[in-house]
Amino acid sequence: MTNPIADMEKSDVILIEGSNTTENHPVLSSYVKRAVTFKGAKLIVVDPRKIDITRFATLWLRPTLGTDVAFINGMMYVIIKERLYPEDYVKSRTVGFEDLQKTVEKYTPEYVEGITGIPKDQLIEAARLYAQAPAASILYAMGITQHTTGTDNVKSLANLAMLCGNMGIPGGGVNPLRGQNNVQGACDLGGLPNVYTGYQKVDDPAIRERMEKAWGVDKLPDKPGLTVTEIMEKGPEGGIKSLYIIGENPMVSDPDLNHAKKTLEKMDFLVVQDIFLTETAKMADVVLPAASFAEKEGTFVNTERKVQRVRKAVDSPGEAREDWKIISELSTRMGYSMNYKSAESIMEEIARVTPSYCGINYERLQNDGIHWPCPTTDHPGTPCLHIDQFTCGMGVFHALEYKPPAELPDDEYPFYLTTGRVLYQFHTGTMTMKSQGLNEIAPECFVEISQQDAEENGIGDGNLLRIASRRGEIEAKARLSDKAVKGTIFIPFHYATAAANKLTNAALDPIAKIPEFKVCAVRIEKT
Amino acid sequence: MSSENIIVIDGKEYAFSPGETILEVAEKNGIDIPTLCYLKGASPTGSCRICVVEVEGARALVASCAAPAGANMVVRTESPRVLKARRLNLELLLASGQHNCLAQDMDVDSWTDFQLSAMGVKEHEDLCPAYGNCKLQDLAIRYQVKTNRFQPPDTRYPIENVNPFIVRDFSRCILCGRCVQACNEIQVNNAISFGYRGAESKIVARGDLALKDSDCVFCGECVQACPVGALISKQDLLAGPKHDETMMVRTTCAYCGVGCQLYLHVRDNKVFKVTGVEDAGPNFGSLCVKGRFGYDFINDPERLTTPLIRENGNLREASWDEALDLVSERFGRIKEDSGPDSIGVLCSARITNEDNYLAQKFTRAAIGTNNIDHCARL
Repeated sequence: MTNPIADMEKSDVILIEGSNTTENHPVLSSYVKRAVTFKGAKLIVVDPRKIDITRFATLWLRPTLGTDVAFINGMMYVIIKERLYPEDYVKSRTVGFEDLQKTVEKYTPEYVEGITGIPKDQLIEAARLYAQAPAASILYAMGITQHTTGTDNVKSLANLAMLCGNMGIPGGGVNPLRGQNNVQGACDLGGLPNVYTGYQKVDDPAIRERMEKAWGVDKLPDKPGLTVTEIMEKGPEGGIKSLYIIGENPMVSDPDLNHAKKTLEKMDFLVVQDIFLTETAKMADVVLPAASFAEKEGTFVNTERKVQRVRKAVDSPGEAREDWKIISELSTRMGYSMNYKSAESIMEEIARVTPSYCGINYERLQNDGIHWPCPTTDHPGTPCLHIDQFTCGMGVFHALEYKPPAELPDDEYPFYLTTGRVLYQFHTGTMTMKSQGLNEIAPECFVEISQQDAEENGIGDGNLLRIASRRGEIEAKARLSDKAVKGTIFIPFHYATAAANKLTNAALDPIAKIPEFKVCAVRIEKT
Repeated sequence: MSSENIIVIDGKEYAFSPGETILEVAEKNGIDIPTLCYLKGASPTGSCRICVVEVEGARALVASCAAPAGANMVVRTESPRVLKARRLNLELLLASGQHNCLAQDMDVDSWTDFQLSAMGVKEHEDLCPAYGNCKLQDLAIRYQVKTNRFQPPDTRYPIENVNPFIVRDFSRCILCGRCVQACNEIQVNNAISFGYRGAESKIVARGDLALKDSDCVFCGECVQACPVGALISKQDLLAGPKHDETMMVRTTCAYCGVGCQLYLHVRDNKVFKVTGVEDAGPNFGSLCVKGRFGYDFINDPERLTTPLIRENGNLREASWDEALDLVSERFGRIKEDSGPDSIGVLCSARITNEDNYLAQKFTRAAIGTNNIDHCARL
């Protein structure tokens, strides 16, 4: 997030696009609900489902799946045409406005209605509402990113925020909501194929040299590695013979699971390190038992870039160990010695090699977390980014054209399928499905379908359905719901026994390599 | 500071900002005015009348949580009149339901003995689950309320426990309204409200439905807000009385990316309850159903407890030495035969920064490849 969570209550308008906030980020959604209920903020929700947070919305816009770029271009068309943007801000802080203006010229409300299905009057109303707010915040999540145009979608939202001068101000910003406790931290700490910690590029010789010195190695690899989606797509054919998987369950979370399974089966040697014998661990050659979050010291980084402490409360069961201890032992056995006294001593090294973490240490994190960048130990941290200028200097507009999703409904597969989570389960269910209570409330997979689709296809609430895509099929019960809109069904992806990801499309965004979980075509029939 | 913004509390002068309540000014300056129904972050209701103070020139006592501080106001927080009113209010509250921790009629000197003996009685099934963690009980002790002038009424509404997480014991509800505010003003789930009237009053979900049939999403904000034993976490209840040593460890939630600050309540190496940290962001005490109630996995019997090695198609238990030697040898051989880029490592959005840092350092420095990624995209 460019802005801290607490900023939400300072927003005059909040635009939520592609985030089922109340179910996926419940506590953060309270900030939105309070802003609307008690602080007079207006809420615009753009989502293909009539999700719960729409109850608080001034406007719910219902786009056809995967048409976000067209919608946002349409917003900017109206804002530019009606001159609702701060011209001095655009002039003094951004570049690329002319190209943007040229590109959005054809995205008239009529043209956008044709692509997105959003009535033109609603688009105009939303554009005016967003642009005229003194401070407007954008919240988004995987509904924006999990598309073949995910990168374009994100850049479009940044365009919109910059155009209206909403960057670097309290209550504004572009705010992605991270779906997992430490997805921000995994990225920050170099768990990506192209960067070391703090997003320092592996193909920059000066940075590489510094890391070589810090880590005491002669030569670090200079070529960016493969992403998880590329590894799973190509497997051994792409050159990967062996995988070491720590705390992940791709056998439920990956797109096109049938293919993912084949890839893992073909590995010469598979090591899985986890707290449970997950679907993925069951396929491993070696399984290493790890400590859970309650059993170790460390830090997580939340969605607002705040580094916060994790503390040990109980001992691990049996011989399970902290992940860092397992990795250290393994590394030492492989001839590269790692001798850390504690998690704290690892953080000291992180601070030494990471400019944005230089000022962070456990002592400072004692009572409250710190937002990075935090370059020195007397720096207070940076809750809000881009205040006086953008981190990279001028804000760059990206002129982008709408591109349709990789797979659209047709005669054979006439329904759109979109996937996501429900409130009472989490991701692949490794943790939540151990709770009797959560299972009691959300015991099994379901197919959320509109009343109209159900009637037209003779489907009753609770009927067992077979859902098939070009890649696989699953069975789950129908749930007639007001949340669903005709032509689109929703299936949660938590459940291994009826895994929605057997159906999803592994087509990737060309830059972010993120799969298009949010759009594919399926057919449904009663069993 | 202009003299207009000065208030006198218990004989000392304090500056205040316009709009601040007497309670807020007192809190800021370390003056302890007891509260019961007051919920930080929500609008004050002044319904319990515990936080009353005496304001010079005012005829009646005023609820300090709702009364704004005024210029040159002279406030007494523990005057005889205040104490008398608090005692009476407490008496009435204690008598309003089944507050059978027997705070009533106890001699203050025998409290500890009483507590010990109450703990010792195995059959004392009805000992309130909030025992020792109850604001009303604390206040009864503080103000030495020892009377049974008023008879508790018969229990009007039965206990509701037909959901997996929250037990509602209406016989212990003092109708302070904290749960209603927590639900409507903090979480804004709008699931519960005051229902019925007078002696029939009850906190209701929708048109008096069971929570599981209402709009309740089991965030448990109400449980954390309840000052007495009316709303209790079922898991906490089932874990039994906590007379032996327990501890609270502050940490960060392991579910979504909001990073809520929480306390793990631990006894015998087991987490038996989770509560939100009230004085720290981003959540200021709030949690969701998963963060508050979804912690069973920590103690689950299916947790992996030993390394496993595949042998003849099946996984068998192994020692750490055996497992790590095997992994190190196989990785070493694959690296030698096919090059470092034939190995990939997936680190995780679930593990700590420190774990992730070592995972990528291991991948790059020990194996010699940049094939490291995690499920940010999935």
